Amino acid sequence: MVVGAGTVGAACAFYAAGEGLRVALVDRGPVAGGTTGAGEGNLLVSDKEPGPELELALLSTRLWAELGAGTGFGTAVEYESKGGVVVASTTEGFAGLERLAAGQRAAGVAARPVAADQLRELEPRLAPGLAGGVHYPQDAQVMPALAAAQLVRAARAAGARLHTGRTVTGVLRDAAGAVRGVRTDRGELHAPAVVNAAGCWGGELAGLAGVRLPVAPRRGFVLVTEPLPPVIRHKVYAADYLAGVAGGSAALTTSPVVEGTAAGPVLIGASRERVGFDRSFPVPALRALAAGAIRLFPFLERVRAIRSYLGFRPWTPDRLPVVGPDPRVPGLVHACGHEGAGIGLATGTGRLVAQVLAGRVPDLDLTPFRPDRFREPTGSRATGEAR
Amino acid sequence: MTTAEPRLAVIGAGPAGLAAALAAADRGLGVTLLDAADGPGGQFYRQPAPALGARRPEALHHRWSAWRRLRARLAGHLATGQVRQLTAHHVWCAERSPGGFLVHALYGPGQDRPVTVRAAGLVLATGGYEQVLPFPGWTLPGVVTAGGAQALLKGNLVRAGHRAVVAGTGPLLLPVAAGLAATGTRVAALVEAADPREFTRCAAVLAGYPAQLAEAAGYAAALLRHRVPVRPRHTVVRAHGTVRLEAVTVAALDGRGRVRSGTGRRIACDTLAVGHGLLPSTELARVLGCRTEDRGVTVDPEQRTDVPGIWAAGETTGGGGAALALAEGHIAGCSAAARLAGRAPDSAGWAGAARTRGRLRRFAAVLEPLYGPPAHWDEQLTDDTPVCRCEEVDAGTVRAAVRDLGAGDARTAKLLTRAGMGWCQGRMCGPAVAALAGGGARPTPGPFARPVPLGVLARAGEEPEEAVPGHRATPPGP
Ligand SMILES: Cc1cc2nc3c(=O)[nH]c(=O)nc-3n(C[C@H](O)[C@H](O)[C@H](O)COP(=O)(O)OP(=O)(O)OC[C@H]3O[C@@H](n4cnc5c(N)ncnc54)[C@H](O)[C@@H]3O)c2cc1C
Ligand SMILES: Cc1cc2nc3c(=O)[nH]c(=O)nc-3n(C[C@H](O)[C@H](O)[C@H](O)COP(=O)(O)OP(=O)(O)OC[C@H]3O[C@@H](n4cnc5c(N)ncnc54)[C@H](O)[C@@H]3O)c2cc1C
Repeated sequence: MVVGAGTVGAACAFYAAGEGLRVALVDRGPVAGGTTGAGEGNLLVSDKEPGPELELALLSTRLWAELGAGTGFGTAVEYESKGGVVVASTTEGFAGLERLAAGQRAAGVAARPVAADQLRELEPRLAPGLAGGVHYPQDAQVMPALAAAQLVRAARAAGARLHTGRTVTGVLRDAAGAVRGVRTDRGELHAPAVVNAAGCWGGELAGLAGVRLPVAPRRGFVLVTEPLPPVIRHKVYAADYLAGVAGGSAALTTSPVVEGTAAGPVLIGASRERVGFDRSFPVPALRALAAGAIRLFPFLERVRAIRSYLGFRPWTPDRLPVVGPDPRVPGLVHACGHEGAGIGLATGTGRLVAQVLAGRVPDLDLTPFRPDRFREPTGSRATGEAR
Repeated sequence: MTTAEPRLAVIGAGPAGLAAALAAADRGLGVTLLDAADGPGGQFYRQPAPALGARRPEALHHRWSAWRRLRARLAGHLATGQVRQLTAHHVWCAERSPGGFLVHALYGPGQDRPVTVRAAGLVLATGGYEQVLPFPGWTLPGVVTAGGAQALLKGNLVRAGHRAVVAGTGPLLLPVAAGLAATGTRVAALVEAADPREFTRCAAVLAGYPAQLAEAAGYAAALLRHRVPVRPRHTVVRAHGTVRLEAVTVAALDGRGRVRSGTGRRIACDTLAVGHGLLPSTELARVLGCRTEDRGVTVDPEQRTDVPGIWAAGETTGGGGAALALAEGHIAGCSAAARLAGRAPDSAGWAGAARTRGRLRRFAAVLEPLYGPPAHWDEQLTDDTPVCRCEEVDAGTVRAAVRDLGAGDARTAKLLTRAGMGWCQGRMCGPAVAALAGGGARPTPGPFARPVPLGVLARAGEEPEEAVPGHRATPPGP
């Protein structure tokens, strides 16, 4: 029983069905109606420091590439392994990038430093005067909503059942405390294992099972331009983006990631701020995104933004997702809290969860991702959202 | 003008915005009136009055002289500088700022020159836009919106001898058909989905609105005079033509809003004016954080939104016609003048407008459920009918996303098909996609009311205050 039909839940259902398990996928809304339908689909290894998240990203990238090569699937989800380019405007910034790249290479990432004078061969419309960059050929992208929908479709073809428009209101447990299904607003659904793939709402779902899981929303905006002919070849972002991703700060940080899409519009993401589920559009955040994108690509000055959308990333205090069985509740398996990388990390997460459900040894050590790693709240500055 | 003096920015110079600007200016408030169009008037007054001939109904005549009075009052305030008018200014966004608001607009031939207007208060009078639901053939040249047909009239592009069909639903179809007929277009049919029996059922209530009935009767008389066949409880099921429109097939509807088989009949025409009612333009209200519902921006009895310092009036708060928009705008202007001067307004001063507003809102509430597209209109959509023109998505693609991909509402249908992601941001196809996806609110475009160059967005608010090189303070038109 997988709760949440975002990309993460869809991948869990897909790989679990592939293990030959009987799978049901439940969502209170439609497929891709949560954060998945409100973000971008960068599959990045470039923005991750060596460590468990990078390992999960490398596993996921391999799996995405496998899926992308599948007949029809790649085009259906607009999979493009276009590579990423991270640029620095100062020599110190460039030196920092090269240090990070060296560490990433040791962990198995392809990362090639690019001198200032070669940058524009890679990306002709880049601003002049940059200090240098690093090219990451493994970075890729998908269209997230299509990715979730096609994974669900493939899971259904393998026998999984989809229940949309059904809200989980309780987790059923037996006398020994083990999970035996979920209660929904339209009746009970029974299963010996429940996967929490509820994204930002993963903390609430865990609460229904009686355990604490600190997942909080971190708001982000994306600017969408009018359709353009393909002029931006890679995902291009500035070195300060890395600081924004890694920083846990609640205040607004904006650092542009600029990329073209198969459909034509250029996407400019993404701001990060923890303000709860606030759906208003503050102009300063959009202004900062636009300014940052123009600094990278001056020609964007005259290109029109036609809309902006916002989403809430599922944030955790230590910036790592929660993946694996919950020792506190037998039968409860988590797959949430991927913050700004849930699309990229979905395949690896789905594979690991499926292996756990099938009783096999997972490809990666799940210790860094375990759900009971967070300290109990002390005083008032307890959970993520309180800060 | 001194910047210390509180000013009111009014966005939209249709009936609602004009009335608000004049009421506020009459009470001593400085007003900046912005509109994307080249002159004031909005949807209703921008067009010359439909020339209905010598027997022009009294109601319309009334309207026309009312418009002349509005223009004269505006000219007076423009002359003294009490009102500044920024025509051909497209507001793309507005935001709160310390002490008030910033209104960001684009002007110039390329709509790419920025200006920011600072104001202590805002009146949102952005009106609405026409809803058109798709049907096979609706993208053929010659198929226009009802409002578009009036524009054609104005440009004299439709000449005598041409044959038009006016179709859809709503009270606006009557004046459009009458206007076309009066200018020499053969109106081959007025096709209205609503059921006349429903009107009879409400006869007692409707009888309480003699002026509105007289206006409708005036149009009806004009249609009769021009021998325009009226087909109630009918709908257009298909537009025919190879390179452009040649004919339409209309069919009768049954009691449940389904097309009755075997009732189709072909009518030759070269113009089809369709409209399925107006939807409110609420982008600016939403980006400012004002509460909105399906019908429009939510307002209190003073026309205030739930955001302090912002009023809204007219079609953007819900439909009801030009007279209602005038009354609402007047109240908004009076309230703003008092509140921005730090006084509580005396609502007795606008008692007349409040009475008019009450009556017309009740009238609109009676009419609203009577009109509406046929319940099962989407059954007529063949899979190859384009639904979203910007992104070229057809009905079959949307249906497949619902059937195979788990799209359960308008938003996910849009994400999975790109319908509504193009230039018009779903203003055109939103309702159709929502219906095909089986429900949910239509996705609302935003947050920009207009596309904006990134360079302008990046520096929004940094322009020198209201520095508008070469801007024209256009005097009201003839
Ligand atoms: C602006 C922005 C840009 C981003 N860019 C990227 C990017 O480039 N690359 C990347 O990898 N990631 C990106 N992300 C992050 C990514 O979108 C998320 O990490 C990812 O979508 C999380 O997926 P999910 O399946 O965990 O959650 P969701 O997609 O939110 O799915 C959770 C589902 O659970 C359902 N649910 C919750 N509670 C219940 C309940 N009680 N009962 C039933 N159903 C329930 C919800 O309805 C929802 O559908 C971005 C995010 C944002 C906001
Ligand atoms: C075809 C048709 C026929 C009609 N016939 C009748 C009739 O016979 N009787 C009747 O009572 N009513 C009729 N109406 C309805 C009537 O036109 C409206 O009720 C009335 O115009 C509403 O006034 P308003 O001021 O709220 O909005 P509008 O008249 O629509 O004015 C809104 C103004 O705001 C401006 N604007 C909007 N957004 C922006 C922006 N972002 N930046 C700058 N400017 C902006 C627009 O340019 C427009 O001028 C008809 C409407 C149509 C379309």
